[in-house]
Amino acid sequence: MIRVIIPHHLRNLAGVGAEVSVAVAEPVTQRAVLDALEARYPVLRGTIRDYSTGQRRAYLRFFAGAEDLSHEAPDAPLPPDVANGKEPLRIIGAIAGG
Amino acid sequence: MSTVRVLVGTRKGAFILTSDEKREQWQVDGPYFGGWEIYHLKGSPADPNRIYASQSSDWFGQVMHRSDDGGQTWTTVGNEFAYAGETGTHQWYDGTPHPWDFKRVWHLEPSPSNPDVVYAGVEDAALFRSDDAGQTWQELPGLRRHDTSGIWQPGAGGLCLHTILLDPANPDRIVVAISASGAFRSDDGGQTWKAINQGLRSDYIPDPQAEVGHCVHHVAMHPSNPDRLFMQKHWDVMRSDNAGDEWYEISDSLPSDFGFVIDVHAHEPETIYVVPIKSDSEHYPPDGKLRVYRRRGGNEWEALTDGLPQENCYVNILRDAMSVDKLDPCGIYFGTTGGQVYVSADGGDHWQAIVHDLPAVLSVEAQLLP
Repeated sequence: MIRVIIPHHLRNLAGVGAEVSVAVAEPVTQRAVLDALEARYPVLRGTIRDYSTGQRRAYLRFFAGAEDLSHEAPDAPLPPDVANGKEPLRIIGAIAGG
Repeated sequence: MSTVRVLVGTRKGAFILTSDEKREQWQVDGPYFGGWEIYHLKGSPADPNRIYASQSSDWFGQVMHRSDDGGQTWTTVGNEFAYAGETGTHQWYDGTPHPWDFKRVWHLEPSPSNPDVVYAGVEDAALFRSDDAGQTWQELPGLRRHDTSGIWQPGAGGLCLHTILLDPANPDRIVVAISASGAFRSDDGGQTWKAINQGLRSDYIPDPQAEVGHCVHHVAMHPSNPDRLFMQKHWDVMRSDNAGDEWYEISDSLPSDFGFVIDVHAHEPETIYVVPIKSDSEHYPPDGKLRVYRRRGGNEWEALTDGLPQENCYVNILRDAMSVDKLDPCGIYFGTTGGQVYVSADGGDHWQAIVHDLPAVLSVEAQLLP
């Protein structure tokens, strides 16, 4: 299972806690994890990736530990520690505005 | 005894205010969707407990909600607003072509007769319709494909379709307004559109009487006379007696004819309300005095001040933040960027604050429940 930590507002929207787990077949990529996340929680569709472009929303970033994956290709394999469930994939909202 | 319910959208969530028909004691519920911008909530005239809500944020985009029990519980509905076909471009602030790009839903307008039908006005400007209670949305692309759309430019708030008026007597007639393009009317259910800006004069654009390019802030209509429209433009308060084919100015004695809101008394189709704002660069009331102005068909505007702050008031009242109820006497409501929601239970003669300290108010909609 892939562990994913999502921001506060998306937890409320999906009715879940900080961390969720989704099953993802190999290869484990950003796209595969987000597809699985949206399949399990359809209310998250459009909130992490723009509906029309499929691109990561500008005010969101993806991290594995301290490693910034935001600008990695969506189909690039995620780090082994994320793929094996040791580390969560963190979806972090920008610290911006009030 | 009837109940009045006021739906309030704010920068940080939605609130629902309820009272009996005296409109003196209010219950305040919320925040719903705390921390999110709620641009608009509106109930279905055909089923007042069916409420649609537009929830958005710069972080997470657009989310849509529907309640079937008057706002007690909410269901997340469809949030895919896909422009139909080739999107083309409009003008950006600097005059360069800019691709149409969906940002948010500004206004929701439920059908007067079918609670499952609702229209959404969005940024970048387009009109969408749902026939399944918000589960899916389809664009009515004729508007965005209007001959002039390539030169539509955004106002300060974006290229937003913020006003949708559905003619209760003619389901084929729809009037919309877009900042900063102008007003448009369809007489065929939204398939084709006509720019209805003749008579508007905007000295801040190169051709003050251009077919489009006018920053219309809001348009109001009384259901008993859908051909009579009232407009608060960027500057100027306007009136049309022929469904927008021609407009004439009725600003007359207002202390400022800049403003955002305009609405019509529920039982007096000639009586309208505006809240003058000092200027386009000073978005607060003239002289620090919060005054609603009422015009009863003649040429005179009457300042309504009883119960409103008459010193040191520097809030704004945004375009969708005024509403009326259908009680007699008619209730008038408006919300401010300072978080106050005011009510007058007697057509504007006397005012009281229902709440003082909400987040900045984006929209106010009053409902009368049997």
